[in-house]
Amino acid sequence: MTVGIVMLCHTALDRAAQVARHWAVHGCPVVIHLDRRVGNADRDRLTAALADLPDVRFSARVACEWGTFGLVEATIEAAVQMLHDFPQARHIYLASGSCLPIRPVAELQAHLAAHPHTDFIESVTTADVGWTTGGLNKERFTLRFPFSWKRQRRLFDTYVQLQRRLGIQRRIPAGIVPHLGSQWWCLTRSTLEAILKHPDRARHDRYFRRVWIPDESYFQTLVRQVSARVESRSLTLSKFDFQGRPHVFYDDHLHLLRRTEAFVARKIWPQADLLYDTYLSANADTASRLEPNPGKIDRLFAKAVERRTRGRPGLFMQSRFPTKTHGGNRSAAPYGVFEGFGDLFHDFHPWLARATGVRVHGHLFAPDRVQFADAEAVFKGGLSDSASLRDYNPRSFLTSLVWNTRGERQCFQFGPGDAQEITSFLAGDPNASIMVVSGAFAIPLWRSGRTVPEIRAEAARLQKIEADFIALLNTQETKARARVWTLADFVEDPVEPLHQIVDDLNPRAPHRLTELPRMVDLSGFAEFLQELRNQGMQPVLMGDFPASIDMDRIGKGLSRPQVAN
Amino acid sequence: METAAVRQGRQPHAFPIGDLSKPDRGPSGAWRAFQLRLRRRGLLWRALRRRGQLAPVADRSAAIARGDILCFMCLRNEAARLPFLLAHNRRLGVRHFLIVDNASTDGTAALLADQPDVSLWRTAASYKASRFGMDWLTWLMLRHGHGHWCLTLDADEVLIYPYWQTRPLAALTEWLDRQGQASFGALTVDMYPEGPVSQGSHAPGDDPIDHLKWFDGGNYQVQVQPRMRNLWIQGGARARAFFSGQPRRAPTLNKTPLVRWHWRYAYVNSTHTLLPPHLNEVYDLEGGELTSGVLLHTKFLPGIVDRSAEEKARGEHFGDGAQYAAYYDRLTADPVLHCSASTRYTGWRQMEALGLMSRGGWI
Repeated sequence: MTVGIVMLCHTALDRAAQVARHWAVHGCPVVIHLDRRVGNADRDRLTAALADLPDVRFSARVACEWGTFGLVEATIEAAVQMLHDFPQARHIYLASGSCLPIRPVAELQAHLAAHPHTDFIESVTTADVGWTTGGLNKERFTLRFPFSWKRQRRLFDTYVQLQRRLGIQRRIPAGIVPHLGSQWWCLTRSTLEAILKHPDRARHDRYFRRVWIPDESYFQTLVRQVSARVESRSLTLSKFDFQGRPHVFYDDHLHLLRRTEAFVARKIWPQADLLYDTYLSANADTASRLEPNPGKIDRLFAKAVERRTRGRPGLFMQSRFPTKTHGGNRSAAPYGVFEGFGDLFHDFHPWLARATGVRVHGHLFAPDRVQFADAEAVFKGGLSDSASLRDYNPRSFLTSLVWNTRGERQCFQFGPGDAQEITSFLAGDPNASIMVVSGAFAIPLWRSGRTVPEIRAEAARLQKIEADFIALLNTQETKARARVWTLADFVEDPVEPLHQIVDDLNPRAPHRLTELPRMVDLSGFAEFLQELRNQGMQPVLMGDFPASIDMDRIGKGLSRPQVAN
Repeated sequence: METAAVRQGRQPHAFPIGDLSKPDRGPSGAWRAFQLRLRRRGLLWRALRRRGQLAPVADRSAAIARGDILCFMCLRNEAARLPFLLAHNRRLGVRHFLIVDNASTDGTAALLADQPDVSLWRTAASYKASRFGMDWLTWLMLRHGHGHWCLTLDADEVLIYPYWQTRPLAALTEWLDRQGQASFGALTVDMYPEGPVSQGSHAPGDDPIDHLKWFDGGNYQVQVQPRMRNLWIQGGARARAFFSGQPRRAPTLNKTPLVRWHWRYAYVNSTHTLLPPHLNEVYDLEGGELTSGVLLHTKFLPGIVDRSAEEKARGEHFGDGAQYAAYYDRLTADPVLHCSASTRYTGWRQMEALGLMSRGGWI
């Protein structure tokens, strides 16, 4: 008793011949179906190459266009011949010309001998199937597909749409419960005979002739009617990309193939000499097999699909440039933007760095040069501190900065004195946390010692810019987490917001701040604001700043060791 | 190649990150498509007119078989780079090289004429007037490239792509065919040595990357130009070191060097952009990543200083050479490109992890 191999071949025939020889030499009879579309010269070469092997036969040829019933017909032709010519074949294994046995044939024979009445065929109801690509599951059985998917794609799609819209459906014949599964199966002689000699066979064939991709449903469905014992998994390892096209295995997959439980792998790159040499050599090295880990293989291929369809968020490069709705508004990781804090506190940068352990930059968008942390001239990844390079493409600058520092949270200062072109991106970026103490820009002006008439225009200009930024943060399109305090509100109780900021930036930090930053002494700032008013400017962003401010109380609050609950 | 910046400079506007819109399908989109069609025909016509400038030195193109991957190059005085260049691309599976020698004065012509898989043409005509060699290459591609996957390179570019050591180009092109992609994008990455660029030694045949071990890992500026919807990526070491004052003029780094060619296609400017425009869409718009590669740029080998002086004098490399005088002067002054933020090259997996290339869904 042995296993008979049915091989469907259409390209890379020299490799197919090599594999057929391997099967035959190891005691497995082979019936090859050669696609009718293959030329006679190629056919003759293949038959000549295998002429010395009595247990390799060729079946009648059918044209096999992908997605059509031709593939099923070809399988049936070859299977019938196999059942007839080789009575010793107890299981019949369906493989293709680009399949490669990746475990010793004896192991396959032993496995099948241990399960003499089991049919190994993936067979899943359409409701439960998760692997079809392109949205056609159930509809493969209920719509009509007169057009070629490969050659007449537009007609194909239009006709599918039309049938959906009109609600036209084919009736599924009685007794048929649609199942789908991998095309590559291994059935027992009795099951295969029962399917092929079924009294309703003609009716089944007539129905499946119009089903879409019947090679993934014909046997998978009919086996349920006749089999005593279906084990719903394929013994062939085959993986599909996100468009449902089969993945190809190359030489560098050798370590991966050693980890699979499957007996056969598909498809193999015809020039993968290492794979063919390794697995078809006379003493195919069995000792080098590793502990099977099919989960690892599944994860690897799932990751590839994810990279192709979702990509790496926040990366903009040669082969990824998404529109806004597909992640074009998004940087790679969360970061913090602080406006006004540096003006209000003497030592905000170093304090924030100490309290949160994140990387704190100065004003990255300062007009003269980029203020990287530690005043570096070139930052990670080669980002230059040149303002003109940055301003040439501020979005690339920011997304590169965040991308280059993945794993380390970035924070930077921002303000109305900085280059503002980046604001629309900041506001739209869900990874941005923007904290604003509005009106704080006036503090350095006040402390500059210049007279109010001198700085009035500058104060008005900065106020306009900051007001625009805050208005932008309040629009519907804003995706950033934004928090705005007026200067007056913030000064009233600075401790609570500071705690909040630290918790936001580093949720895992101990909820205990041993120190808070030193605030600028604002005694006399109210008079300065009044003077601005007197000069005709209306300072509004500072809020309702108190006429007298008790710096002692604020100072005490900030200097006390802080314990949050 | 630096030729790009000038032509690109004419483009009034480009989409930054997040602003790219869907292609215009309305009447103005149709009008633009029509203009581009005329432009493409114009390019083909130019190439046809200039074909007479090419004198065959060794035409072995009859040996090209169906399905062969071809490599097209236009070069001048590259005897030092050629042995490695040919060896690397042969290893990748290039079956035939079609090369235009623009009046080399070193051993380039002799070296090439002897190679069994090289077809060589010679011309002494102006490189600049021939659109920096593209007219000549367009003619050769029109004549020999139809139906083949064609790799168009500069002599100082080393193509790498995911799994390149274990999978030949034919595996890549078969994957692209399966994905329905007719073109393949690659980012030019400037490679540089640790010290002044004139220092060190490089013998012909050596891997230039043994000497040029460093690059900038994450300072690239990405935009898309609306007209042909091509990427416009700038940045890297040259932008950082030489163009911080005029970043718009920094060299264009995105390229589409590998295309399943049709005789109707034409490169518009170096290999940065192509017509018809759908070939420029080597990037995914919906957040995913397509498969892409990197062109390791080996410009900064020890001969660079002399070469730059010569190129400045010849004035054949930029549309408006005067704009780039300062650039050449900086190069001639033997700069150090390496800095504390430089990244040491370890291989394609590193390039992919940095986001400079991607395997996409290819596994």
